Amino acid sequence: MPVDRVLRATPRQWNLLLLAWLLVLASTAGSLFLSEVMDYVPCVLCWYQRIPMYALALILGIALRAQDAAVLRYAQPLALLGLVLAAFHCLLYLGFIPKGIQPCGQGASCADVKLELWGFVTIPLMSLLAFAAIAVVLFLVKKESPDEAK
Amino acid sequence: MKRNSILVVVVLAVLALFAGGAFFYQNKQGQERTEVAAKSSASLVQFHSPSTGASDAKVTIVEFLDPSCEACRAFYPYVKSILAENPGKVRLVVRYAAFHQDSDAAVKILEAARVQGLFWQTLEAAFDSQPVWADHGNPQIDRLWEFLPRVGLDIKKAKIDMENPRIMAILQQDMADIQTLQVKKTPTFFVNGKPLLVSDPQALRVLVQQEVKASY
Repeated sequence: MPVDRVLRATPRQWNLLLLAWLLVLASTAGSLFLSEVMDYVPCVLCWYQRIPMYALALILGIALRAQDAAVLRYAQPLALLGLVLAAFHCLLYLGFIPKGIQPCGQGASCADVKLELWGFVTIPLMSLLAFAAIAVVLFLVKKESPDEAK
Repeated sequence: MKRNSILVVVVLAVLALFAGGAFFYQNKQGQERTEVAAKSSASLVQFHSPSTGASDAKVTIVEFLDPSCEACRAFYPYVKSILAENPGKVRLVVRYAAFHQDSDAAVKILEAARVQGLFWQTLEAAFDSQPVWADHGNPQIDRLWEFLPRVGLDIKKAKIDMENPRIMAILQQDMADIQTLQVKKTPTFFVNGKPLLVSDPQALRVLVQQEVKASY
């Protein structure tokens, strides 16, 4: 794929990118609400998930303004990275990964369940669902690409 | 252009939702904290607690503090000037919230100094030298002693007094009251039983002034 060509997003692609961005912004605002307003200290794994999410908030916004479909090259790896980290965190919560090897130093424990909505919706689960939805939408954007750009 | 306005609306909507949610949440938290404090007012002041200011003052500031806490250190000059601005009308009661690592040892030193009548001088020296002895992650409470001869403390006597079981009892009672009052951070202030809802010295001054006005 030539890098010097602008991949102008089709209207449908733009709408899907907007949907992905809305998901990202909701997650970003939600995570900041938990830490800054509700004073939940983010654990190390939460921070690792925040890194791709916050990056997505910025690059998807810029791509929407520029109508640039090439953002997929950068956005898809970020979404997948977040998905893997969130899945790891969920397995840790559920006890499939022994607590002894969790990559946590001082500060909040990654295995302490802080919040449970309706008895099963935890923060890592929300993160997992958000990254999964974002990854699916980005995949749909990719599928919408005009043939010569694939 | 239409697309750009959608993006602007999205950003503004997210910001507005966040700010609105934060405002709503903090309001609700504030109400809850006020209710908890009103219900548990008996836990606010204990006879064992150090206090300064006129004993018949009608306005009482209760401060849950930790000698190792940087915010308590930053607040202290303001608390002192608020007391000085209202002579005879405001008194300060100190409760211990030794949340930081090893800081119950620092509390013991303060209580030992209190036996010698040097509590406030020692508290000030402790705040002054806090960066030396209360480094987060590597607290060296023993280094606090280096700063105490200059306040005139009999170190030898203090080292014996700090092991008095009475001090452990004070720490335990204060910890129990922390649970009851749901104190989660230091410093936490109550002025005549009303919690200070924002961590801001000016807000504390305003709250105290309101209570002084209402009581005198």
